[in-house]
Amino acid sequence: MNAEALSAGVVAHEVNGQQLLFVELSAYLDTVTRLHNDGFTMCIDLTAVDYLAYPSRKVPAGVHTERFELVVNLLSIAKRERVRLRVQVADGIPVPSLFDIHPSTEAMEREVFDMFGISFSGHPDLTRILMPEDWDGHPLRKDYAPGRIPVQFKGAAS
Amino acid sequence: MTTLDERPTATPAGGVISSAGAATSEGAQELQPRSAISQQALMREAGSVLRLSESAAAELASVAGDADEDQTMIINMGPQHPSTHGVLRLMLELQGETVLRCKPIIGYLHTGMEKTGESLTFMQGGTNVTRMDYLSPLNNELVFSMATEKLLGIDGDIPERAQWMRMLLSELNRMSSHLLFMATNGMDLGAVSMMLYGWREREEVLRFFQKVTGLRMNHNFIRPGGLAADLPPGWRDDVLHILDMLPDRLAEYEVLMTGQPIWRERLQGVGVITQSEAIALAATGPILRSTGITWDLRKDMPYLKYSEVDFDVVVGLHGDAYDRYAIRLQEIRESMRIVRQILDKMPTGNYRIQNKKVTPPPRGRIDESMEALIHHFKIFTEGFKVPEGEVYVAIESPRGEVGCYIASDGSAVPYRMHVRAPSFVNVQCLPHMMRGGLVADAVAVISSIDPVLGEVDR
Amino acid sequence: MSAIRDIADNGLGGVQHNFLTGRVEDLVRWSRSRSSWGATFGLACCAIEMMGTGAPHYDIARFGMEVFRASPRQADIMIVAGRVSQKMAPVLRQVYDQMMEPKWVISMGVCASSGGMFNNYAIVQGVDQIVPVDVYAPGCPPTPETLIHAIETLHQLIEDGEIMRRRAVTGAGANVHIQEIPAGISTPVTLERRATV
Repeated sequence: MNAEALSAGVVAHEVNGQQLLFVELSAYLDTVTRLHNDGFTMCIDLTAVDYLAYPSRKVPAGVHTERFELVVNLLSIAKRERVRLRVQVADGIPVPSLFDIHPSTEAMEREVFDMFGISFSGHPDLTRILMPEDWDGHPLRKDYAPGRIPVQFKGAAS
Repeated sequence: MTTLDERPTATPAGGVISSAGAATSEGAQELQPRSAISQQALMREAGSVLRLSESAAAELASVAGDADEDQTMIINMGPQHPSTHGVLRLMLELQGETVLRCKPIIGYLHTGMEKTGESLTFMQGGTNVTRMDYLSPLNNELVFSMATEKLLGIDGDIPERAQWMRMLLSELNRMSSHLLFMATNGMDLGAVSMMLYGWREREEVLRFFQKVTGLRMNHNFIRPGGLAADLPPGWRDDVLHILDMLPDRLAEYEVLMTGQPIWRERLQGVGVITQSEAIALAATGPILRSTGITWDLRKDMPYLKYSEVDFDVVVGLHGDAYDRYAIRLQEIRESMRIVRQILDKMPTGNYRIQNKKVTPPPRGRIDESMEALIHHFKIFTEGFKVPEGEVYVAIESPRGEVGCYIASDGSAVPYRMHVRAPSFVNVQCLPHMMRGGLVADAVAVISSIDPVLGEVDR
Repeated sequence: MSAIRDIADNGLGGVQHNFLTGRVEDLVRWSRSRSSWGATFGLACCAIEMMGTGAPHYDIARFGMEVFRASPRQADIMIVAGRVSQKMAPVLRQVYDQMMEPKWVISMGVCASSGGMFNNYAIVQGVDQIVPVDVYAPGCPPTPETLIHAIETLHQLIEDGEIMRRRAVTGAGANVHIQEIPAGISTPVTLERRATV
């Protein structure tokens, strides 16, 4: 991980032996492009976390937290290295799509849209992917209930 | 396959009118007529992957040369279909027999496992993740346990025997998954007897799993801290029995399939993908290796004790379905090689870490000691608390890189548990592999990717 | 069925004439139960065990069921093997509707029977919300022995004729719950902490 890839809006961190980059939304696309040119040619995973119930998570100084965090895992086959990006995203703000740099993110971004409601601008086909088309709501958000049905057991207290 | 008899027309909302089963229509998720989608989406569905300007222009020219939408037919394959390896729905746009566009529609097995994972403790989490890739359940449990252990900070303290046992089970799981691939791939291509042979061999491995873990599938045996129990006495003989039986059977498969002209004609040159395309699509596992890239997490980012065993990474040349079949067949042999070395090197010792925080007490102690009873109770009902933090750990499953991302808030349940499923990403290769091929080869292509819909949809 | 039972019990020695008489209905039910074709509705892990039941070791071909027809129009028994998600539910109903009478449904596994361990927004809590179920086979996944037990229970119900009579009246499934058969090998449990092999 060389200094070239770091720039304004990026805070580097290391945790559990893993390279972490906290990237501001404005520097997101730029950072991913730089990393792609630097050898991180595979976008292995793109997912999100809804920190509604845990807003006080620990982040390095200088990182302003938002409700959602987009987590992007990149892999460099040549260097045998991984790097993880954490991008803070506020509710309702669209995120630039990585599709043009990493075509593998097409399905991943659709899943994040479906499960969290984060929209990606520049995505070729931003529709739901796991839930039925007419579904209401975004299931992995913390304010969306798991949808359990109450089951009565004989002799149970509750 | 069921065909939409009428010409598809675009409604203002972008959906395709279907005469029967309005309830099964998925609207915008389905394959739309060309006039209804953006250029970018059209190119994606036509399998264009690379974004370099010259090849994008070349792709555009070839896609522009496609027939009008009046002359093509959009057909629907699945989700209930004998050859889609589960509930995968594919919509294909055909001109005659040639596939122009392909769109996989998934979600028919979406189980809300990631949401469920947020309400199960770390000890129970294994029961949830194991059902994602149900053909290699131990690998799912392994990656989840490894992620939990990293968060707990005990990943360096897992006993030697536990690591070797985990490796043994993981490799046997790889063998049983690839044997199932042999069976289903054979059946999909018409060698129906292969289905019976593959299952016959798989039964032996499942019987071993049942003896060790108690279940044939979905074992919940690899847990944070080690494993649930030790190997039963006599396990060496059982493993040797499997290792002695398999080579002759695999030789039978070579006769039945590998050298056979029909098999070769059906698979060679079908579903071709190049190196840069595979990397751009983040395909991992046999798909990536079939293009010639030597990337296997067991060798390149070793975990468990893979750096201490000797094995080869099987790589193909042409990136076609035949290479992927041959890679998986040879990987069974490589796994057997690893298992033989494990038999020699298995150390004695603990099968799980002796850390009061995560390890339940031995069952015999519960009757004797009150603390042991309370300790057991706490671990199994409340669960152990995992420190705050987040981690991503990945291992090599039979389908590619399976990763587990856990974000913990310090409580006994994960705050967010996400599994990076290899099949979810590999299915994105389908439009590219199918473009320009015949619809009769569509089944061969799906089969060569070896998707497991449980992990695609989670 | 009494003529056939007599022969089964006593052999041909007890037959007085060279005619066997019986009811056509008996013959039809007997042949229906022994040549039922399954509709492929394998969804998840249970589908793997279902395939394992068709495999050589457990072999449902001896019960006439090794033929799994992809087209529901040609199938008799729909074995719903696996968890049914919200998106899959209308597809399930459509496939069931396409099957010709007489048709039966086996709900294989706990996810199909009641939603299983997935009590959440994504999984239909039991396929009996969508189709009438005749036999419920518990297990996660049910061992092939359990599935064979479920199939044979259904075959017996078909042969006895009760199931058709009940269906004609209520339209509901037979709702038979069977006992899970655990797999055969028992493993001795070691209580010591350290292994010796």
